[in-house]
Amino acid sequence: MVSFRKKKTAAPKGRSLWVYAARRFARSKKGMVCLAIIVLLYGAGIFAPLAAPQHYDQQNLGITLRPPSADHPFGTDRLGRDMFSRIIYGIRTTVIVTTAAMVTGGLLLGLALGLISGYFGRWADNLIMRVGEVFLAFPDILLVILIAATLKPRVTEWVLNMEATTGISGVARSGFVDYLVVFGALAVVSWVGMARVVRGQVLSLKQSQYIMAARALGASNGRIIVHHIFPNLLPPIIVLVSVGMGSIAGAEVMLSWLGLGVQPPVPSLGAMIFDNGDISILRTTPYLLLFPVATVAIIIFAFNLLGDALNDALNPRAR
Amino acid sequence: MGAYILRRLLWTPVLLLTVAFITFALGFYGPGDPVEVLMKQYQDPAVVARVRAQRGLDRPFLVQYGIYIKNAVTGDLGESFKYRGQSVSGLIGRRVAVSAQLGLAALLLSVILGIPVGLLAALRQGRWQDTGIISATLLFYALPVFITAPFLLMLFVLWLGILPSHGWGGFFDTRIIMPALVLGIPGVAFIARMSRNSIVEVLAQDYVRTARAKGLTEMMVYWRHVLRNAMIPIFTVLGMGLATLVTGAIIVETYFGIPGIGRLAIDAFFSRDYPVIMAFTLLIAVAYVVANLIVDIGYRFLDPRIRYD
Repeated sequence: MVSFRKKKTAAPKGRSLWVYAARRFARSKKGMVCLAIIVLLYGAGIFAPLAAPQHYDQQNLGITLRPPSADHPFGTDRLGRDMFSRIIYGIRTTVIVTTAAMVTGGLLLGLALGLISGYFGRWADNLIMRVGEVFLAFPDILLVILIAATLKPRVTEWVLNMEATTGISGVARSGFVDYLVVFGALAVVSWVGMARVVRGQVLSLKQSQYIMAARALGASNGRIIVHHIFPNLLPPIIVLVSVGMGSIAGAEVMLSWLGLGVQPPVPSLGAMIFDNGDISILRTTPYLLLFPVATVAIIIFAFNLLGDALNDALNPRAR
Repeated sequence: MGAYILRRLLWTPVLLLTVAFITFALGFYGPGDPVEVLMKQYQDPAVVARVRAQRGLDRPFLVQYGIYIKNAVTGDLGESFKYRGQSVSGLIGRRVAVSAQLGLAALLLSVILGIPVGLLAALRQGRWQDTGIISATLLFYALPVFITAPFLLMLFVLWLGILPSHGWGGFFDTRIIMPALVLGIPGVAFIARMSRNSIVEVLAQDYVRTARAKGLTEMMVYWRHVLRNAMIPIFTVLGMGLATLVTGAIIVETYFGIPGIGRLAIDAFFSRDYPVIMAFTLLIAVAYVVANLIVDIGYRFLDPRIRYD
């Protein structure tokens, strides 16, 4: 950014913070393993029709409740459906919901509101932060559960009306409403954490000398935000996105566990865990529960550890 | 400090009313007409209109909200859709004590296990014990209870066979151990992590060096100077801990067949029993806000160095 500074610290030319961070990250075993796991699982979810050997709903009543074997690595369920395929399709649900909720709620809403709150301050800051406090007054994902529990009939009604007026049919039946309700509820709640962090960062960045210098040189607000504030916000945002994806994934599974998520026959990991959660199933066919449970655990853990590794790479002095 | 407490005390009712407003609005606009839900097959318009008038459901939204708040303050949270003729406050009241005991057991467990684990990590700072404990806390803090419950069930009930899997017998019954453990694990992880960081920070303080320099035994240094100061931040997370306890309780109580409010709530979610859903949300949110208020103000008394401005 400022050329004489680089000479002073004798850093080789052309190596930015990002190059150093990427190198530190590449050296971190923990981070690379977690990244590989996430790429693998999310890849399998996105390309579920290719990755899964069978369709999630294909029944074969001749081979019900078979333990894991070469043909069915995770066994088969009560209806002879291949658990491996069902889990891959379950991951697809998680992938869709977590990505949609993170992009809309965390990134767009959270970032925008955090920037406005921190940069422009005054009544906008007050309003946004007070609204955030109201959201935080609902412990954990209680508000998500409440929204998903109450708003579904309304959203279904609305989609059906849309279908009636536009002549498009089958949207309501495709499970689109479930996705919309679940990711909408998660998005509405997940902006708060992001907005608070962004606001805090912006507030401290605003005091920095290079921003004052930019302002003194006559830079517009837009230019200051885009060129000077935003690049400095990226490190904390990246960490927060990784950790946030883990908690949204957990929340999605919890919603479908409660029966408030994506409805059968579309598979979801939460519903699989709920259906097979009984102690008698653990006694007789534990694989029906353990594979979905392990999948969820791995997803959540990988995102959290990845966040930790990213934090070490991007903020090396924090430790 | 007086100004801070006053500001918080004035803001809290506003916050609670807003929380109640959101809850009420979602329950009001979300599921549609409660009378139609209540009266499913009896669709005689005259009867429907009469019931609606009786319950004040023909009034404007804000008036109904006002009435709901007025009734809620006096403890009347309406009537359950599922259990006809039973008041929501009656349903909840009977179960709160059970959930509170379970929550207390989980909380005690988190503190009793979490602090020694955190201390161990801090004492072995930077070594493998420390890294191991930090990774484990990351794992266990993030895992929802429906993930840990089956593993613990398998371990303690199916393989070791030392704990009962189901039921409720009060605070001093072995049946509380499994659910309290499942519910307390995220807390153990969180408190371990917090106390590790807090102890490491306190160890670097000048007064610890002074304590050592004046010849106190290591035991005394830790007991008198390190732990006492390091435990103060732990207090602040107890309020937040309530949040994980509540959502955890919904699942744990269902898993282990415990007749608490979490179990009631999940029944309500499944049967779309909106008055119960709303009352549960409201009750939990109020408890959470009040707990955090107490923690924030109490913190100030525990550690007079803190300034809120």
